[in-house]
Amino acid sequence: MQVTAKDTADLRLGSLEELEQLRGELRAAEDPDQTRIIVCHGTGCIANGSAGVTKALKAALAAAGEDIEVMPGIKTTGCHGFCSRGPLVIIKPKNIFYQQVKPGDAEEIVQKTIKAGETVERLLYEHPQTGEKIETTEDIPFYAGQQRVVLANIGQIDPTKIDDAFRVGAYAGAAKALTNMEPKEVIEAVINSGLRGRGGAGFPTGIKWNLAAKHEGGQKYVLCNADEGDPGAFMDRSVMEGDPHAVVEGMIIGGYAIGADTGYVYVRAEYPLAIKHLEKALVDARAYGLLGENILGSGFNFDIRINRGAGAFVCGEETALMRSVEGKVGEPVPRPPYPSDKGLFGKPSVLNNVETWANVSRILDKGADWFAGLGTEKSKGTKVFALVGKVNNVGLVEVPMGIKLREIVMEIGGGVPGSDHFKAVQTGGPSGGCLPWQDADLPVDFDSLIAAGSMMGSGGMIVMDDRDCMVDVAKYFLGFLEEESCGKCFPCRLGVPRLRETLNRFSKGQGTVEDIDDLYSLAEAIKAGSLCALGGTAPNAVLSTLRYFRDEYEAHILEHRCPAGVCKDLITYSIDPEVCTGCRACARACPQNAVTGEKKKPHTIDESLCIRCGMCFESCKFGAVQVQ
Amino acid sequence: MLSLTIDGKKVEAEAGWSLLDTARQYGIEIPTLCYHEAVEPFGACRLCVVELRQGNNSRLVASCVYPAEQGLEVHTASEKVNNVRRWILEMLLSECPASSEIREMAAQYGVKTTRFEISDPEQECILCGLCVRACAQVVGANAISTVGRGAQKEIGSPYLTPGDDCVACGTCVTVCPTGAMSARFERVRGVPAVVMARSVKG
Repeated sequence: MQVTAKDTADLRLGSLEELEQLRGELRAAEDPDQTRIIVCHGTGCIANGSAGVTKALKAALAAAGEDIEVMPGIKTTGCHGFCSRGPLVIIKPKNIFYQQVKPGDAEEIVQKTIKAGETVERLLYEHPQTGEKIETTEDIPFYAGQQRVVLANIGQIDPTKIDDAFRVGAYAGAAKALTNMEPKEVIEAVINSGLRGRGGAGFPTGIKWNLAAKHEGGQKYVLCNADEGDPGAFMDRSVMEGDPHAVVEGMIIGGYAIGADTGYVYVRAEYPLAIKHLEKALVDARAYGLLGENILGSGFNFDIRINRGAGAFVCGEETALMRSVEGKVGEPVPRPPYPSDKGLFGKPSVLNNVETWANVSRILDKGADWFAGLGTEKSKGTKVFALVGKVNNVGLVEVPMGIKLREIVMEIGGGVPGSDHFKAVQTGGPSGGCLPWQDADLPVDFDSLIAAGSMMGSGGMIVMDDRDCMVDVAKYFLGFLEEESCGKCFPCRLGVPRLRETLNRFSKGQGTVEDIDDLYSLAEAIKAGSLCALGGTAPNAVLSTLRYFRDEYEAHILEHRCPAGVCKDLITYSIDPEVCTGCRACARACPQNAVTGEKKKPHTIDESLCIRCGMCFESCKFGAVQVQ
Repeated sequence: MLSLTIDGKKVEAEAGWSLLDTARQYGIEIPTLCYHEAVEPFGACRLCVVELRQGNNSRLVASCVYPAEQGLEVHTASEKVNNVRRWILEMLLSECPASSEIREMAAQYGVKTTRFEISDPEQECILCGLCVRACAQVVGANAISTVGRGAQKEIGSPYLTPGDDCVACGTCVTVCPTGAMSARFERVRGVPAVVMARSVKG
């Protein structure tokens, strides 16, 4: 949608006062006690059918309309985080939390909850341990353990409506910075907040800005890295989808601080909803004079463009991203020169990721001291994690830095299905590492994770249980990096496939203990010799699993055994005749017809036909199928 | 002038020199594959890595692109450096086994065989990108580029079909450190239009 000059003439805000006046009017116009229905329209809930739920709720409301005194509105919002329970419907003001809602539930929600003020018991979340039904969002353990700073507005606002964003305080931080602060004061505030980059390396954001700001005058750029490419990660996508103005606002502040008049958002094309919401946010921000010339009467000019990435993991690397924006092949270039001196188009540039920019908005709004009061001494604030894998509550969580791994996985995450512990938690995406259960009390902050051989990364957190083979996991991440390596520098292009080749031999029961020493040596060469951080961290998957699960590697090599029962060349499936009931479920599931036996009598597996797909194991309800 | 030490020897460099420039000025050997005086340094092959030490900190940088700085302590043949070079060369032996240049260079570092699988015994190309950079920066023709990514990467003309952008100057063949470009040349160079016209007329 293009906003013409005529349309915008009435909307432009000329000063901080005009913005605050508008905010006041918008807040006054909304009754906080009014009944409202919120439907999650994050990508996860949409995939689960939330659009159909919204439609059904609208129809049910319209049908019941005459009987309802005040017609409640339906608001569609970004991701609430509890993706495994979607579609989610929340009824304000009491925050009644309905999960796994189907279009067929709409009528009952309207009749019971909206009209009669009763809850629909069967749609409530049930505590997995106690079985107790929990009525409101705040009381659900998944939410109770979180601290929402970046995600604070997501789920509260309709991300396509700037009025909604204004109500919750959008652009207050930018207005304060542009109107009442000098650029160097803004940088000081960010330095004092202790904010470190959320993209992976954890470099202090304010210090990065200072490096670019010291180049006086001339063209400069700020960039937003929205090329979130880690498998299983969706933090940045959710922020862009659910609260795009937080990102826009952060970039305005950054542009003002370093003296840049142009910003670029480099977002992967696989995120269509994020792009749509960002585009809408830009159009609206321009209409209100929050982007463009003389923003809020401050004399500062700034605008943002969106660049779509074509899906190369390496383009999340700072210098490769800038080459890609320039229209060149997305390959990293050596540093120095650093992007703060010569970045995009050879000009001083600052790149931060989505979550970092969103934090900047909050810091300028609420103050550096407030932010510095969150988290630990060296890792301030909160961190958003995409919690996935073998965990009950799959979803998006935001926690204070320094929280224990155990609290995230076992409490907020609701633990591991069928187990009282996790085997490993993989953090930091393909560049990160696997942390074992012994490290469950490790504080999750930048430095502790590095010391433990992993890293914060951008916030992927994959939980693994005893059925995950660590050799296989390391192989998976190496395979990912092999595919995503740009191939420019030799250690990464040649080395990563060779690491995987070695692990491939291990998972066939071949290899020697000396091979493990060679792995260390090659990994060291790749780490030290690679051009960029992708190669420099590529061996982490091998090194961290070797560090904590060396016995599992040795079981493969020395005993030709895969303890987790994953590596196909090393396992056999069998049926325990004592336990087997002869129900034939495994026989029906077997694609090879390798399972034989009479009905209601113990079955057997013909090993010569078995392809070790595990279908029998999955299908057995009695635990009779065993893998060794 | 900037003063620094390379392998314990005090050296001086002009501002703008790389560590490789400085070392070569003093006759200190550093191996390279993707470096050529005629084009901009690229920092890809990483054979030219050197170790920078500062107190207890140490890191490797590519000497072809790292600028000489006042007070640097540079080591060109430390164990850390040689470990990187030996692994790269051993992996190149399996990647481009047909290259005698690579075999000779590897032998200098004591690497005579490779433990890794060889997928293409005929391969000579090491993907250093010198041909691409020479075509772009020296000739200005931009007739070739790297195509694809990572392990699938190769050198080729647009859409991997011979094109008229190639002026058949042979610069790429000249700069190629392994001779791999000779075999690729015909696949890059398009048949000139006038020759085509003649052959159609028969």
